[in-house]
Amino acid sequence: MSGEALLALALGAVLAGGAAALLPAPGERPQRIAVGLTTLGAALGLAAAASVLAYGPSAGLRLGWALPGAELRLQIDALSAWFLVPIFLVSGLGAWYGLDSWRLSEHPASARRLLGFYALATAAMAIVVTARNGILFLAAWEVMTVSAFMLVTTEDERQEVREAGWIYFIAAHASTLLLFGLLGLLWRARGSFDLEPFAAGALSPALASGMFLLALGGFGIKAGLFPVHVWLPPAHANAPSHVSALLSGVLIKMGVYGMVRVTWLFGDPPLWWGALLLALGVVSGVLGVAFALGQHDLKRLLAYHSIENIGIIFIGLGLAVGGRAAGSPALVALGLGGALLHTWNHGLFKTLLFFGAGAVLHRTHTREIDQLGGLAKAMPRTALYFLVGAAAICGLPPLNGFVSELFVYLGLFGSLGAAAPLRWLPAVLAIPALALIGALAVACFVKVCGAVFLGEPRTDHARHARECGPAMVFPMAVLAACCVGIGLFPALVVPALDRATAGWSLAGATVPLAGLAPLAALTWTGAALLAGGGLLALALRAAGLDTRLGTWDCGYVLPTPRMQYTGSSFAQVLVTLWRTVLIPAVTRGTSDQLFPGPSHYATRVPDTVLERALLPGLRGIAWLLAWLRPLQRGSIHAYLFYVFLTLLILLLFK
Amino acid sequence: MNTWRLVEGSLHLLLLLGLPPLLPGVINKTKALMAGRVGPPVLQGYYDLAKLFRKGMVFSRTTTWVFKAGPVVAWVTTVLAGLLVPLMHHAPPAAFAGDMVLLVYLLALGRFFMAAAALDTGSPFEGMGAAREVSYASLAEPALFLGFIAMAKLTGSLSLAGMFSGTLPEGWSGAAAALVLVTASWFIVLLAENSRIPFDDPNTHLELTMIHEVMVLDHSGPALGLIEHGAAMKLFIFGALVLDVLIPVTTGDPWLDWALLLAGVLLLAVLIGLVESSMARLRLNNIPKLLVAACLLALFGVILLMV
Amino acid sequence: MDATLSVSNGLLVVLVLLNFAVLGSSRMSTLIRMVAIQGLLLGTLPQLRSDVLSWHLIAVGAMTAAIKAALIPLLLRRAMRDVRIRREVEPLLGFIPSLLMGALGTGMAVVFSNTLPWPAAAGGALVLSTSISMLLTGFIILTTRRKAITQVVGYLILENGIFTFGLLLLDAVPFLVEVGVLLDLFVAVFVMVIILNHIQATFLSHDTTRLSLLKE
Repeated sequence: MSGEALLALALGAVLAGGAAALLPAPGERPQRIAVGLTTLGAALGLAAAASVLAYGPSAGLRLGWALPGAELRLQIDALSAWFLVPIFLVSGLGAWYGLDSWRLSEHPASARRLLGFYALATAAMAIVVTARNGILFLAAWEVMTVSAFMLVTTEDERQEVREAGWIYFIAAHASTLLLFGLLGLLWRARGSFDLEPFAAGALSPALASGMFLLALGGFGIKAGLFPVHVWLPPAHANAPSHVSALLSGVLIKMGVYGMVRVTWLFGDPPLWWGALLLALGVVSGVLGVAFALGQHDLKRLLAYHSIENIGIIFIGLGLAVGGRAAGSPALVALGLGGALLHTWNHGLFKTLLFFGAGAVLHRTHTREIDQLGGLAKAMPRTALYFLVGAAAICGLPPLNGFVSELFVYLGLFGSLGAAAPLRWLPAVLAIPALALIGALAVACFVKVCGAVFLGEPRTDHARHARECGPAMVFPMAVLAACCVGIGLFPALVVPALDRATAGWSLAGATVPLAGLAPLAALTWTGAALLAGGGLLALALRAAGLDTRLGTWDCGYVLPTPRMQYTGSSFAQVLVTLWRTVLIPAVTRGTSDQLFPGPSHYATRVPDTVLERALLPGLRGIAWLLAWLRPLQRGSIHAYLFYVFLTLLILLLFK
Repeated sequence: MNTWRLVEGSLHLLLLLGLPPLLPGVINKTKALMAGRVGPPVLQGYYDLAKLFRKGMVFSRTTTWVFKAGPVVAWVTTVLAGLLVPLMHHAPPAAFAGDMVLLVYLLALGRFFMAAAALDTGSPFEGMGAAREVSYASLAEPALFLGFIAMAKLTGSLSLAGMFSGTLPEGWSGAAAALVLVTASWFIVLLAENSRIPFDDPNTHLELTMIHEVMVLDHSGPALGLIEHGAAMKLFIFGALVLDVLIPVTTGDPWLDWALLLAGVLLLAVLIGLVESSMARLRLNNIPKLLVAACLLALFGVILLMV
Repeated sequence: MDATLSVSNGLLVVLVLLNFAVLGSSRMSTLIRMVAIQGLLLGTLPQLRSDVLSWHLIAVGAMTAAIKAALIPLLLRRAMRDVRIRREVEPLLGFIPSLLMGALGTGMAVVFSNTLPWPAAAGGALVLSTSISMLLTGFIILTTRRKAITQVVGYLILENGIFTFGLLLLDAVPFLVEVGVLLDLFVAVFVMVIILNHIQATFLSHDTTRLSLLKE
């Protein structure tokens, strides 16, 4: 069966699942049917992607469409297939997760709507990555955006959810506006909306760069690139957890896909495109993790880590574009290979982490990190999988995050040999930045794991927690296994990765990644780590000499769980160090009387861009526009006068 | 040839596991002599380890498996990292493109688990130590990588073995200033990563200003032994890196090279002892400044390579 | 010649490192010491970089060293002691950001001086980038430190940068180096004026406090 046929069946199954959720059947049955159909669709979709990744691109599908310039034109090449994998994997697992975390019986009002739009968003994303016509692409993009808005605002009875939804809506439409501009330029350059590579030298540099910048703006907003990331933290924090996972694991990757696809259109990009992408990636990566450190809200923190990881992906992409500009296939293979693999990896571990955070939220009803603690005893499996995800997102060996970061590192180190400063200076910026990002991520995830899962419970919320049901734990297990699998056996995914990068590099010679990166060494290191650690642990256990006592209290008589180091105190050193950009807001009570009464102290790290630049700026604009308000006073005479005035002006200036 | 690789490899492993406990002994002896004391025997590190491995372990009721995993992961990662480091003229047992990244990230994995283990006890002191450990490491890692950039730029190699052999002696004649800066930067990183003065005082316990020692407060017995041995190995690894840049020469005779390495490592330990006897610990808020300075030294080294 | 050139290049590197030390130090006395060392090194550079060793150059170098490394630091220290200025530097911009700005400036200086079609003389680019880096450091200190005495230090570094720049023109216009010495003397006067001003200000303030005390 051809790739398109499989994909069509998959989309049919997914959409049928969404429709099934609307059935008026009582109890859990509609949701079960929906999940079953989604699973079927996800399996079919994964099969379509796998066949393309194994045997090469599908033939393509072309049907007419009544709209001018539009065509129903789909093709699954290796690049599309690469992005289809996380779409179907994450939404399939997310559907299972929702079976327990967002039951129809518990949320009768919102669950049906959620299931419907979940299916719609999945299908739309699958079309986004396979569309080869600009109008079709944009239509699917809009469907995806709007259904994501409906998903984010699932709990629209809460004020903060509505606010998050509005910010997302505005940002998403700013993004779409820029994409309209991109399509306009595409029409101007080609005379059709076909998304196919331009012949070398067919475009003026100004036009090409204009298209690139519009795409960077539009897709950058969707991907959550700093400083246009403002919609991302509130939306991720306030959506239901499996929706956050879908947003962070897959939806923001559509921005990455768009950037990869647009750079694929141009055969000979200028060097500065690469440098710009890389610099934005560095800014996004470093500031994303720095802001994450200051967060108290578990899901908001994870959202900032998405910004960080998008930064790493853009560093890789910038390297690849620079490599293509400089005619170096090795840089393309390592840069794009790292970026694409990190797209997968981030989809895996971030979904895993959001599932874990959702499990915690489901059982404790709080997202405040400092209210939790000690959950590893009550929720051992969730804790284990969360820890795997945390180590993976920090890029630690032997997990998948390390593999993709190593590719990017190798590419950056490789570019040091070039003679022209513009080719090797970006690496001098990006290598220490990556190291900084990695080390800060370690700090941040030690904070999260420690404050949420380790130690003693700080509040009753945490004390009464228990493990979640298998429908929520099983998806986490699958994702954790994928993280370990890719980390231990990168050689298994590299052939598919090579196909995806080869599709992007057009006519240029391609270098297989296996010749550039030490894949076998990674397997050996991972095996040595696991074997060594296991043996040593067994040896210690065989010594069998352990006694159980309380934690040493340093001589203090009555330690309580509230005295534990909280997440905020853990991050305090680094937040202080980064105060120039984080600008933490502190509110504190006074304690200056002779016998001071109870006092309070609170810190918060607001989003600098949103709360210190964008909102005041927009308020300023609103104030300015208020001067125009008298123009619209609701009097029909006035409006007729405007029409007359317009006519007059048109007549005068023709 | 192959048997020789095998002999070198086993010697590498032997040195990596056997030599490190000597280094704190040498440092402490130097400090004692500088202060006019007799000090503990040079072999005290071995005695401590022997004693710790005979003892039982005490675990807090608060802790989970993460606490037990901490020392194990930290020790294993340090050994694996040690197998990637060239020991002056001797290539390491394992060398491949990007092994410097793996080296740093292995140590980060160990740090991740040690810090998590510290938080697992629920003790505020240990949380404090863990927070400082991971915070300061975030500034030390860029310095390390900036040094690697200078090395890669100078030798065109993507692996540690390639960076520190072959063409590096020519590097010293052409770009001595850059290499001096990298050495200085890495020496600062060595002091920071191994919690030596001026970053941390390994002699005091339970001071609020401490970093590493307070993080491992609740470990005992063999687990503590693993931590102590791992910490000594880490010192050895960083020492080897500094020596790799500083003395990239070979005498021609492999056995003489090993002797040179031994002498170099011991001299470095004496140097650390001298630094510790002549300096006071920095105030905590000055630590980032010194680490940023280490980054800038290495960055400046890279910049010099452009000229 | 080759050996002296590499020594002088090494000294230039040390000069830039001293810039960073100035940017990062929080103690006035360290600041003054660093600038003094810079002055000392600058005094030796003309002889190292010139092809012919003349008494004239040695005299200029000795004068420079004497003024920059001995006279001005002495005056600054005395000023600090007399006027009882607190020993901490009061930065408007934190130390780490200033260090990073300094690094950025130095990097830009290097890129800039490599792109200039400037003198073929060996090491010319290094001299130029050192000089620009010092100028920038001087500016950073001048603009981001609060005390008058740090302003003097900033000005000194700025002036050191100009002196370094003069090294490039050593063989062509030896006169320029002598003008550098004159500039130093100007700084010395500058410092003294500031001291006088400060002392006056202090006494005045003393007076007024006493007067207000008398009233009660």
